[in-house]
Amino acid sequence: MSTESLRPERQSIGSLPEGEAARQNVSSRQRRGKIWQGILLACTIFGIIILLMLAYNIVNDAFGGIGVQYAVEEEDLTDGRPLEELSQAELIAILETNLRSRVLKNLERERPLAERSREELIDIINDEIIKPEVVAVYSLSEFLFDRPTIEAELRKSHPRAEIEFKSWLSWDFIVTPMSSNPVEAGIRTAILGTLYLLWLTMLISFPLGVGAAIYLEEYKNDKPFDERIPAGRWMNNAIQRSAGLIETNIYNLSGVPSIIYGILGLAIFVRALEQFTSGAVFGYADPTTANGRTILSAALTMSLLVLPVVIISSQEAIRAVPGSMRQASYGLGATKWQTVWKIVLPNAMPGILTGTILSISRAIGETAPLIVIGASTFIVTDPTSLFSKFTVLPLQIYNWTSRPQPEFRAIAAAGIIVLLVLLLSLNAAAILLRNYLRSKRVST
Amino acid sequence: MAVTELRRQPSLLRAAFERFIQVLLVFAAAISILTTAGIVFSLVFETIAFFSEVSIVEFLTETEWTPLFSIKKYGIWPLVTATVLTSAIAMMVAVPLGLIAAIFLSEFASDNIRRTVKPLLEILAGIPTVVYGYFALTTITPFLKNFIPTLSIFNSLSAGLVMGVMLIPFVASLSEDALSAVPNSLREAAYGLGSTRFEVAVRVITPAAISGIVASIVLAFSRAIGETMIVAIAAGQNPRLTFDPTVPVMTMTSYIVQVSLGDTPYGSLSYYTLYAVGFTLFIFTFILNIFSYWMVRKFREVYD
Repeated sequence: MSTESLRPERQSIGSLPEGEAARQNVSSRQRRGKIWQGILLACTIFGIIILLMLAYNIVNDAFGGIGVQYAVEEEDLTDGRPLEELSQAELIAILETNLRSRVLKNLERERPLAERSREELIDIINDEIIKPEVVAVYSLSEFLFDRPTIEAELRKSHPRAEIEFKSWLSWDFIVTPMSSNPVEAGIRTAILGTLYLLWLTMLISFPLGVGAAIYLEEYKNDKPFDERIPAGRWMNNAIQRSAGLIETNIYNLSGVPSIIYGILGLAIFVRALEQFTSGAVFGYADPTTANGRTILSAALTMSLLVLPVVIISSQEAIRAVPGSMRQASYGLGATKWQTVWKIVLPNAMPGILTGTILSISRAIGETAPLIVIGASTFIVTDPTSLFSKFTVLPLQIYNWTSRPQPEFRAIAAAGIIVLLVLLLSLNAAAILLRNYLRSKRVST
Repeated sequence: MAVTELRRQPSLLRAAFERFIQVLLVFAAAISILTTAGIVFSLVFETIAFFSEVSIVEFLTETEWTPLFSIKKYGIWPLVTATVLTSAIAMMVAVPLGLIAAIFLSEFASDNIRRTVKPLLEILAGIPTVVYGYFALTTITPFLKNFIPTLSIFNSLSAGLVMGVMLIPFVASLSEDALSAVPNSLREAAYGLGSTRFEVAVRVITPAAISGIVASIVLAFSRAIGETMIVAIAAGQNPRLTFDPTVPVMTMTSYIVQVSLGDTPYGSLSYYTLYAVGFTLFIFTFILNIFSYWMVRKFREVYD
């Protein structure tokens, strides 16, 4: 390396300290070193504190208290017995005494009360008579440590309301579809959309990414044309140069912001290839999707987004397979592709799979490109095919976060927990898979 | 017997198959070129359509951006300044903390600490940006309001700070790669001359890895410019030409989000603004990426 980049110190050899001065010099330098080490550690701890703050904030919002106000108390309806213990006849009696005749008649017309199950009747009683209404939302810390204050506050604004514990993250939250009422809203549609997108993106980007990586690692330096003819030499050179271009290009693509991929997807998959991505070419006409804003468009866009990372990590995995294995395979008379398929790929597979799953799980948290290609922010029907409209978890979280009411903030936090659990389990799956594949290869 | 078995292999078919596979692989590799071409063409064509109606002079000299209002003005500067402002705040957090974390991990930390801190950084890097946006809006902004009472609910300060936190692992891991790539002989030589650990790290190893470190900073800046969800959630939706970090602003990316969420009819002028802004954003990040690539190539110290 060049010497000037090391920049020789101002002190030259002639002025080296001696004796007591030298000892002082050494100890002060060591002290300075210790202080800086402390600063470095402090900064690292600062990062950890931020992470903890984020986690605390999410949990604090996702669980907590709500002030509920009932139109009628449950005890008043049932003389103190819980609704769940009542028989069907008793439930119907409650409905008949408490509901106005017009409402009752409507219900009877839908389906006679006597034919309905007990759960249904309880739901009706809850919705029509008890009518719980959330009038205030408190975070977990307020609920646990500030109880008297919030109780006093609530009594002042809503005298009949009560404070209850509420976990916004619940099984109901996961299995119910979207709703404009935050208390009833769930993320079923969003989870299904996310899983659909995950699988499709993996299906598209894995073969393409691994294929490109194999080409760049194994075939790039081949000279397929005859070197003795000028035209052949020229062709070989062109191939070499374009391979170099592809590598630079992949590096550049990995730096393009995700929202630009969204614009690409909008222009090409949603607009230009609308006939294909909306399923019209296959004679598939979904009345709800009149355009190309489908899961397929999203998956194609996401695949292009993750492709550079998949290629780079697969290249690393392929490069790590020792050359001696390839040579042994050639020595036994195998062709190039036989060597790649039977020797290189199986050995590189643990690395390839881990890299692919990790990069795709990153993409699952992406929101921006999906907003641009026009994923739905409010949708209650499950995605059923490649050509369905869809929504995804991060988009739902964004939608809820951007609303001012505290209820939406709470369900956004609950949604975040689900998203993070999904991502962590994907990462864990990637690591387990790698360890499993590694141990299998070593033992054979 | 072996000979007959060999002969049974249809060598012509096999050669054809090998060729076929190779063509498939070339196609897979060419997808990346097609992607770049797709990005450039879709941006350029629609941007040309935009500039056929709005003059490029207005785009570059007007100081207001109001394409969705009745009085339409198309000056890109409010969006650009907001983008630069949030990114600059982010870099003020990410560069010192990221570099410190990198130096600490590569030169000071014991293997045990490294094994615990690195996964933590990876967790930070894996958190979706929409979560960071939520964090900025619901935690950092109320927290900062204790110190700056005039702070708006949406502001570039908290968006920038949180974006900085998001970029710490990015800067740290890229810089750490650069630092660990410096050969051990340099460390040993410096220790042999009586340097302390700190002196080795800051005066020998960091200068030797400077090209990689600068490249990581440039890449982080490019990330910050293209970052969308944090600014869309926490920085506001008001395009204005200001460097005041306490008021709502609108970055290029949040504008794209705003247009995409609204129902802008296809082919209208406001639809084309999306591409014009996207193209500007692409040029910014592209220049930064090329620069970082060039940095690494040009100034890499080669030890052999």
